[in-house]
Amino acid sequence: MNWLRLFRPGDWLLALLSVLVCVATIPFAWQHGNGERAIVRRGGDVVAELDLSRNQRIDVIGPIGTTVVAVDQGRVRVASDPGSHQYCVRQGWLKRAGEIAICAPNQVSVQVEGRNKAYDSLSY
Amino acid sequence: MTRSVTNLTTTPEDHRIARLAAAAIGLSLVDAAIPMPLPGIKPGLANIVTLIVIARHGWGAAVWVCLLRVIAGGLLLGQFLSPGFFMSLTGALCSLAVLAIASRLPKRWFGPISWSLAASFAHIGGQLLLARLWLIPHDGLYYLVPFFTAAATVFGIINGLIAARLIAEHPSFSTQDPHG
Repeated sequence: MNWLRLFRPGDWLLALLSVLVCVATIPFAWQHGNGERAIVRRGGDVVAELDLSRNQRIDVIGPIGTTVVAVDQGRVRVASDPGSHQYCVRQGWLKRAGEIAICAPNQVSVQVEGRNKAYDSLSY
Repeated sequence: MTRSVTNLTTTPEDHRIARLAAAAIGLSLVDAAIPMPLPGIKPGLANIVTLIVIARHGWGAAVWVCLLRVIAGGLLLGQFLSPGFFMSLTGALCSLAVLAIASRLPKRWFGPISWSLAASFAHIGGQLLLARLWLIPHDGLYYLVPFFTAAATVFGIINGLIAARLIAEHPSFSTQDPHG
């Protein structure tokens, strides 16, 4: 039996429409998952944009040493920093849009950004 | 101690619906056993029965068969009243609603393949909405939309073709039924 003969004219139309819907929805896969990422700056210049849905670590070399920024399960933190007070390291995990950790001595900052900016910055 | 006897009188229509629902339940067990790469994507083989019932016995009978299948299938798979059950119930209700319209389209132009596609998109649409509102209230869910629409298209066409073929090859399999 010829399978194609089972299609009626309207069936072709609907199949075509379905394929068009599929093509139209492809961009959904390219939006940043939860729309959240971490912006890493050194001396005010953006050095990296980290997708929070992908676990990763990066080293940022500043004036007094290396700051390590780690992303894990949708959160980001400064894993280690050469600064004497360790404020940014002790701040721990950041996950909400607007939260920021600043390692002033090494001039490195990590800020979480969401798709819509709810706050200019958050600190505790 | 008094004995009481309750007699349930069943009509041939009841027998037919029960038999068709049993076939659908069997297929939904097969469905659950097929491994799928993404959660939430299933071939939905049981819907082939729904489509055949619409062609043979009309939309009203299909509602019975479909809802019986969802409830009994949920009991058999141990997911009755669990999130998975409500997902499948939502999908079934949405596709039945769309099928009410689709099955009234002119038969010359729109056959089981059209019904199947309309139903599969309604199914995935309803489930996506329920999941977004209740189970996973996060926009990250929309990440999966292209995979859902692709699955709805592919399985919609395949199930529709199987149903169309069964209907064409067995023009009278409702009358072969010894009970009804």
